[in-house]
Amino acid sequence: MGLIDAMLAGDRRALARTISIVEHGGTDAQLALGKLYRYTGQAHVVGVTGPPGAGKSTLVNELALELRRRSATVAIIAVDPTSPFTGGAILGDRIRMQPLGHDPHIFVRSMATRGQLGGVARATSDVVNVLDAASFSTIIIETVGAGQAEVEIARQAHTTVVVEVPGQGDDVQAIKAGILEIADIFVVNKADREEAGKTQRQLQTMLQLGHTHDPQWSPPILSTVATSGKGVPEVVDALARHRRWLSESGKLDTRERERVRRELFQLVEYLISEQIDQRVPAADQTALLDRIRAHRIDPYSAAKELIQRALDGTS
Amino acid sequence: MERKIRVLVAKPGLDGHDRGAKVIARTLRDAGMEVIYTGLQQTPQMIVDAALQEDVDVIGLSILSGAHMTLLPKITKLLRENGGNDVLVVAGGIISDADAAILQREHGVAKVYGPGASTNDIVDFIRSHITPERFAGAEL
Ligand SMILES: Nc1nc2c(ncn2[C@@H]2O[C@H](COP(=O)(O)OP(=O)(O)O)[C@@H](O)[C@H]2O)c(=O)[nH]1
Ligand SMILES: [Mg+2]
Repeated sequence: MGLIDAMLAGDRRALARTISIVEHGGTDAQLALGKLYRYTGQAHVVGVTGPPGAGKSTLVNELALELRRRSATVAIIAVDPTSPFTGGAILGDRIRMQPLGHDPHIFVRSMATRGQLGGVARATSDVVNVLDAASFSTIIIETVGAGQAEVEIARQAHTTVVVEVPGQGDDVQAIKAGILEIADIFVVNKADREEAGKTQRQLQTMLQLGHTHDPQWSPPILSTVATSGKGVPEVVDALARHRRWLSESGKLDTRERERVRRELFQLVEYLISEQIDQRVPAADQTALLDRIRAHRIDPYSAAKELIQRALDGTS
Repeated sequence: MERKIRVLVAKPGLDGHDRGAKVIARTLRDAGMEVIYTGLQQTPQMIVDAALQEDVDVIGLSILSGAHMTLLPKITKLLRENGGNDVLVVAGGIISDADAAILQREHGVAKVYGPGASTNDIVDFIRSHITPERFAGAEL
């Protein structure tokens, strides 16, 4: 039996290996995705994002436990940044997920951003597809809400949860990061802290003033104590409500269409670049750069020339 | 693109400090590896589950409690039983030479490091002992 068939049949080792292959990219990744793609499309994909230390991993752990109580099966992708200096990473989200224990219906995978913007978004979306094909009913992606890459990842989710914490001063993190627009659900975690009520009111005000994701969905602002599980069932209720709203309002279809369109064109770009690298020798690429630098050819014409050569397969 | 080496750094057993494990985690990160760090008081089952889900090349175990002769063989056995034969297991901690020899000879621990081990040696050992293309040619 091949790896993909084994994975589809529930072999967790095969699943883990398939994820590695897909994350690595290249021909094998494309073959694997080609084989499993028709089994995807069932899972509810949930993004959880927010500042470092907000309690995202702790919350994700509790969400997974609550989802299991409601007989969902849960896969978690925890994304942490790669060190730009060494290319290495310490992925520590699993520390908070130990209570998940030995349960075949929970699967946790840590991912490093591996530097490239866009790249991590593509890799996560591919890994989501693998987990979706492996029949997990809910897939949670945890990212640190700090930059463009994280927003990109959040855009792949059906439902995005933005986690805030009390005591960030007047400047609620969401404004800075510009993630107000991507939130479907707000969670004020660490509600055991004094200023939780204040943070909740600030968010409320911001929501009334600012732009939200969709005028027809007003994001609930919930509070949790992730360390004790308090408020977690309400978050899971909200996830289910949002998902129901997405499908009943027809938004699921429009959003998925938009996502697939974006992904398609990103892939076209990626594949063309890959073909260029494979088919146009480095020396010729350098020569072309030199011609642009010498202003003997304009960048548009140079780009067209490269694409033409990739399509021709001349080398 | 070169494949990243993935390492699970875990601390089995009940002793309560993880300074050594954290030093190793940082060293491996600085050597360009992806380190999955799972924290204190890991049972063999937790370690093996994590290693297999994360599809790591290496498990690095830090163990100071003195329980290495029971915990390490449990981990390697569980790993083998669950199809993780290709995962390299290295251990560090206060382990006597005699125990180290038994662990390496009979229990599938690839290498045991004492408290004074050079971190560079550990990095070099991992680099030269993992299978560089562990999943190349996997039948899809
Ligand atoms: N007081 C309090 N601490 C929390 C709560 N949730 C998480 N923490 C703690 O906050 C720290 C960071 O949590 P973690 O889940 O790793 O945050 P992340 O970086 O957002 O994933 C840990 O020490 C948690 O125990 C909470 O609701 N209340
Ligand atoms: Mg985290």
